[in-house]
Amino acid sequence: MPLITYREALRHAMSEELTRDENVVILGEEVGQFHGAYKVTEGLLEKFGPKRIVDTPISEAGFIGIGIGASMLGVRPVMELMFWSFYSVAFDQILNNAANIRYMSGGQINCPIVIRGPANGGTNVGATHSHTPENILAHHPGVKVVVPATPYDAKGLLKSAIRDNDPVFILENTILYGLEGEVPAEEYTIPLGVADVKRAGTDLTIVTYGRPVIQTLAAAQQLQQEHNISAEIVDLRTIRPLDIDTVLASVRKTHRVLIAEEQRPFCGVGAQLAYMIQNEAFDELDAPVQRIGTVDAPAIYSPPVEIEQLPNSQRILKAALATMDA
Amino acid sequence: MWDISLESTPPLLKIPAFQTVSKKTTDKSAVTAPATAAPASPVVSGPNPAHAAPVNKALTRDERIELYRKLVRIRRFEERSLRAYQAKKIGGFLHLYIGQEAVAVGCCSLMGKDDHVITAYRDHGHAIAVGMDTKALMAELYGKLTGCSKGKGGSMHYFDPARNFWGGHGIVGGQVPLGAGLAYALKYKGIKGAAMAFMGDGAVNQGAVHEAYNLASLWDLPVIFVIENNGYSMGTSQARSSAGDLATRAAGYDMKWEVINGHDLYEVRAKMDPLLRRAREESKPAVVEIMTYRYRGHSVADPDKTYRSKSEIEDYQRTKDPINLFRAVLLAEGVLDDKLIEQIDTEARAEADFAADFAEASPFPTPEEIQKDVYWEADNPSQRTSGGRLFFN
Repeated sequence: MPLITYREALRHAMSEELTRDENVVILGEEVGQFHGAYKVTEGLLEKFGPKRIVDTPISEAGFIGIGIGASMLGVRPVMELMFWSFYSVAFDQILNNAANIRYMSGGQINCPIVIRGPANGGTNVGATHSHTPENILAHHPGVKVVVPATPYDAKGLLKSAIRDNDPVFILENTILYGLEGEVPAEEYTIPLGVADVKRAGTDLTIVTYGRPVIQTLAAAQQLQQEHNISAEIVDLRTIRPLDIDTVLASVRKTHRVLIAEEQRPFCGVGAQLAYMIQNEAFDELDAPVQRIGTVDAPAIYSPPVEIEQLPNSQRILKAALATMDA
Repeated sequence: MWDISLESTPPLLKIPAFQTVSKKTTDKSAVTAPATAAPASPVVSGPNPAHAAPVNKALTRDERIELYRKLVRIRRFEERSLRAYQAKKIGGFLHLYIGQEAVAVGCCSLMGKDDHVITAYRDHGHAIAVGMDTKALMAELYGKLTGCSKGKGGSMHYFDPARNFWGGHGIVGGQVPLGAGLAYALKYKGIKGAAMAFMGDGAVNQGAVHEAYNLASLWDLPVIFVIENNGYSMGTSQARSSAGDLATRAAGYDMKWEVINGHDLYEVRAKMDPLLRRAREESKPAVVEIMTYRYRGHSVADPDKTYRSKSEIEDYQRTKDPINLFRAVLLAEGVLDDKLIEQIDTEARAEADFAADFAEASPFPTPEEIQKDVYWEADNPSQRTSGGRLFFN
């Protein structure tokens, strides 16, 4: 299978969908001539032309609102946020208009948009550029939220998102853009809302998504080699819809759970997972559900300290050992 | 409480064309209250050249009658909905369109099959103007399943995509980028249509509006931004909320702009028509500021006693009422007569009553409805491709 980067996987997904459906249009800041702030859309303008690959001014509320309005008439905009952190200036468009319009119209209007872009810390860009709003987005019924961790998942999930008739938000990761992985040359999609067991294990379930999946895989190897602990890693891939059944099946096997997420603890995705696990598999648990995430403060700039504020494989390892001792 | 009788314009009087309509009132505040905002200037006598515009001259007698009928139907619907609100049949907010009828009716009467409309929360007039069924509109206010949005949207969130009506939006200015997006889709698909994005004068200071202006002009989108300037953003007058003129802000975005007398239905049509044609044919945006006035408070929760005078309202009712003015025009044209005026009014009242009866008799949504119409996939389970839970408890 060809080895391509996460960035290329996303690009291939968009290129294939642009070819498949003439209603698909890419809009965003620097997506065309500049080739994308993170080069995800590189080459698409040359291939598809300016009608399909549209450079927007720095005007998130404006171009995202336009994308939402256009989607009501059947255009399928895929809009890039240079950083998901900028969602705050388009919040009303994204979470009042896109999320609610189907409901408020009594099901008469669809909003088949995709908004994608990176949402992560770890690049020393400070608090304004390091938001991970998957919990905030997923709080809104009507939207779907996807956080892919690998090139294979990124491509398959983005293709499904573009074909979806509901608004789908894809939260990528600038640190993962260069990550290589095997991606089939032939076409495929991955359904939203289906978790993936990235590593089978028997002693401990680590529920995770996004970049912490990669970190958890490294930690699991160390757990096996140095501590003889067999960790099963459940990658949610999609936050909403949520494949809780795969999580619960793993919990029934291992009876211990650690949630690893790039989220601050309060009202994060892990809080919801912990509630559902205790509610639906209380008798299966040999220990309280544990969490490892971002240290609860705005994102710090200082490069070495930011590493410690975020989940990393050593912090995950430590939390896993604590979960085994709990 | 509200004095409905004061609202009962149009009075069934025969009014000479282009003359001030006198209307007696027993309310003393009308005499004593000072006019604190710009008073209505008297209607200028003599023919308005806009009345002879081709788009108006082309109207048949029946079409003229229908325009008048729509004005009256909106007013009677609004009066009836107010009574329902006072009887506690309607929850939430109720933003009445009374006084502004000629704006929606004039603009929407120009719509072709590929023209689209979106507006803010004072949306009842536009909904009726595009042809929505008043039964479904009233039922929506009552929160009934038979409402146009199945009781899920309420007064501020009317929708009818089959009639190219895209809401009904609650956040000031938030619908304006969507309106530009409708135009974007038309242009993208090569359809020669136009979008009209209505907003109130209170919306012009919202960032989303300016972002939509810029993009519409930058990308030559076929959208007309229609500012319905009723003088007040809620309880704050234009003078206290907006620096400079409203329409002329378009110049900063290299867009054409126009100011229109929104009390005069023919003028609305005459000045909107070329801009709509230009949008359709040349894909060019524009901003229009249509001067209008609302007789009622911002919403019915607004006691309307602190920021404008009663005499100001009555001045408008007396001299600029869009229904009175258009009736006078049609009387002068010989299109209307007393009998027809009375018949139209009787029918409009009956329609509004019938809508209220229909709403009253309709069922509320069941609790199972709460989680329907959230996701397309959840409502179309046989076509669902995703797994996992969409809803949580």
